[in-house]
Amino acid sequence: MKILVCISHVPDTTSKINFTDGDTKFDTNGVQFVINPNDEFGLTRAMWFKEKQGASVHVVNVGGPETEPTLRKALAIGADEAIRVNTPATDGYSVAKQLANVVKEGGYDLVIGGRESIDYNGGMVPGMVAKMLDANFVNTCINLEVEGDSATAIREIDGGKETIKTKLPLVVGGQKGLVEESDLRIPNMRGIMQARSKPLHVKEPVDANAETNTNSFEKPAPKGDVKLVDSVDELVNLLHNEAKVI
Amino acid sequence: MSTETINKEILRGGQFLVKETPCEDIFTPEDFSEEQKMMKESVKEFVDREIWPHKERFEAKDYKLTEEVMRKAGELGLLGIAVPEKYDGLGMGFVTTMLVCDYISGATGSIATAFGAHTGIGTMPITLYGTEEQRQKYVPKLATGEWFGAYCLTEPGAGSDANSGKTKAVLSDDGKYYSLSGQKMWISNAGFCDVMIVFARIEDDKNITGFIVENDPENGISMGEEEKKLGIHSSSTRQVFFNETKVPVENMLAGRGEGFKIAMNALNVGRIKLAAACLDAQRRVIWKATEYANDRVQFKTPIAKFGAIKSKLAEMATNVFVGESASYRAAKNIEDRISIRESQGNSHQEAELKGVEEYAIECSILKVAVSEDIQNCSDEGIQIFGGMGFSADTPMEAAWRDARISRIYEGTNEINRMLAVGMLVKKAMKGHVDLLNPAQEVAKELMGIPSFDTPDFSETLSEEKAMVAKLKKVFLMVAGSAVQKFGPDLEQHQQLLLASADILIEIYMAESAILRAEKTSKNNGANAEYQVAMAKLYLYHAVDIVTQKAKEGIVSFAEGDEQKMMLVGLKRFTKYQNMPNVVALRNKIAEKVTAENTYPF
Ligand SMILES: Cc1cc2nc3c(=O)[nH]c(=O)nc-3n(C[C@H](O)[C@H](O)[C@H](O)COP(=O)(O)OP(=O)(O)OC[C@H]3O[C@@H](n4cnc5c(N)ncnc54)[C@H](O)[C@@H]3O)c2cc1C
Repeated sequence: MKILVCISHVPDTTSKINFTDGDTKFDTNGVQFVINPNDEFGLTRAMWFKEKQGASVHVVNVGGPETEPTLRKALAIGADEAIRVNTPATDGYSVAKQLANVVKEGGYDLVIGGRESIDYNGGMVPGMVAKMLDANFVNTCINLEVEGDSATAIREIDGGKETIKTKLPLVVGGQKGLVEESDLRIPNMRGIMQARSKPLHVKEPVDANAETNTNSFEKPAPKGDVKLVDSVDELVNLLHNEAKVI
Repeated sequence: MSTETINKEILRGGQFLVKETPCEDIFTPEDFSEEQKMMKESVKEFVDREIWPHKERFEAKDYKLTEEVMRKAGELGLLGIAVPEKYDGLGMGFVTTMLVCDYISGATGSIATAFGAHTGIGTMPITLYGTEEQRQKYVPKLATGEWFGAYCLTEPGAGSDANSGKTKAVLSDDGKYYSLSGQKMWISNAGFCDVMIVFARIEDDKNITGFIVENDPENGISMGEEEKKLGIHSSSTRQVFFNETKVPVENMLAGRGEGFKIAMNALNVGRIKLAAACLDAQRRVIWKATEYANDRVQFKTPIAKFGAIKSKLAEMATNVFVGESASYRAAKNIEDRISIRESQGNSHQEAELKGVEEYAIECSILKVAVSEDIQNCSDEGIQIFGGMGFSADTPMEAAWRDARISRIYEGTNEINRMLAVGMLVKKAMKGHVDLLNPAQEVAKELMGIPSFDTPDFSETLSEEKAMVAKLKKVFLMVAGSAVQKFGPDLEQHQQLLLASADILIEIYMAESAILRAEKTSKNNGANAEYQVAMAKLYLYHAVDIVTQKAKEGIVSFAEGDEQKMMLVGLKRFTKYQNMPNVVALRNKIAEKVTAENTYPF
């Protein structure tokens, strides 16, 4: 089985988020980047397929050279090869188009992406990739087994779970549950050294125009000071006249 | 390693004192390779997952947990970083070894000690001095964490005077084994070790001899109870008793009487790694103290906004910045020196031994400076937390207790201070570092008329670099005259040696920070302006310390006109043209630290 894991290069959740150029650009200055957590669950599950079922695991990212450390980390964790499609990740559609092309050329049986990336939380890429490839698709996937060319996936649905039987080729939007947090792997020193000699292919992009464009970003308003009020009357007064919510 | 760096004339140990180092020639934490950064992140993840969340268990003397974490560290490859690949290690260079040691040690001194005792003094003597058979037999097991190591040098009657041990090794009649008898004390990892490096005396030899001893209770080895200690509560520390323990002759390490040399060389490496092991502990104290200071409100103000607290955070951040700068600078010097020796045909073992020995002075300087920094840092950490800092429920209290041991083991800070100066003087006598000519130059300068030119200090850190050059003159003036006056008897004048050591330490630390900040500025690197501020702040204190210590030294041995001349010289050599505004510097540094809510440099 050939598995492709899509890896987003995203800011660590503890990073301070700022924007530049009149709030139109994300300021990457001083920001620590990591493997998108949903993708890391997928990658760890893929490692399981590699170790138990002899699958080969490739990882892919659409982005500039600055994302390579993130791909190297995936290699250090155990992926066999990495591909970087050399174009900035502008919107879901263009990224999906690049990914679909990689899948077509590489002939993968299983594509694991994250349910969403934690930077822009678009949550559309895996679905679009599946559509472009005319492959089966399971989103919010919390468990995945593969036997030959059939797969059993469990997905999270509102208030419960749904078990799905389907066929490869399959695209999965994964999340926690594929593996648990305690299963996530810290790249070991030997893995890091081996990552140095594993292939990291840089692929030129295919034509794909972004279909959407970010005009500006806005941060949530900073929290105001807490006010302690002594009486119900004063509370009502403040809610009515100051907060204007009643 | 590139040939370019091999060909570059790298500074020899102790030479920093008489040579100017261009900033491009020093390695800084900004120069870590992508691979090194990834390793650092892995170690941090490991610590955050396996150590930091279990602080309470470590404080409750959970020795088993230490063993468990050490085993996991082995699985991750952390125990074999410095071990050649041939013996199942990773064969990484000295800088990477330091990096791992730095970041594994931050969460608790218990792991820092267990890790240091195992990888440093427990494993390294076999890697460096063992025969091929000994290495094949023991090193792979130690590198992977299948076995753990300990190092038995200290005895009840032999601490700082390490060569005075009474443990005996008696050759059997058939010449097949030695019988070891004696008592060792303060042995880290004793409770769970599989193999020990034991030092014992054969007959009435002048020097002790090292042996590799497998821990087997059936073979006359017994252990005392766990010591009740101030800190590092989950580091196993016990007495080890040998009662006619049979050790095959082939387990002798290096030759007969070579033990003291092994012990000293192991300590050189141990010392610089101990400095690294005190770095991340400071970063974590700063991180937690900053978070607290930002959260804690008194007088309707987060205490982080008070000048008193800003001053502490700025000084804490500055010291760890300086410690990093000097530690990694020396680490890379050692790594390069090892490469040069290997390229000249030395075996890896020989190259590593000589490489580290070359920088023994810097190793001692770093051990003293950084172990004292973590003490001050955790002390101020407690102060920032106020009453909460005194409580075992916050991480400051344990950090403070754990810090204390670093000033004692791997040679006390007194011993290391005296060693640093002593080794430098010896190097000068042997002609390895020319102190004589520069000292004479300084003497001449003292007699001459001072220049009244106003130098152009417009370039970033140029005044600071000039100041460091002047501080070097202070050292040459004080130590140079002292050597002239006392000759070999200088050893007897300990207070003078200690004062000279403090001057030496301040010079190395300040210079390292200034060169790092200068390099970052030239490269337009991140945080350059803050690095410059920290380098300036540190130097300001260094000038004060140097002034005070030099005065103390000069007055102790010079009288009358000579004393007067040297004191005038001291004034000249410690004078700023533009006095730095340290209050503004501290504010700038502290505001960055509090804005980032952690140590951000
Ligand atoms: C927790 C812990 C773990 C340890 N782990 C190990 C280990 O794994 N293996 C091992 O072999 N040892 C270990 N040690 C021992 C440690 O290295 C010694 O404690 C240290 O070298 C100091 O020796 P000492 O305790 O006998 O003090 P002493 O040598 O008695 O020193 C007492 C004081 O006198 C000063 N002093 C001594 N001699 C001189 C001198 N010539 N001039 C000026 N001042 C002097 C010292 O600086 C110190 O302040 C450990 C110690 C501790 C506490």
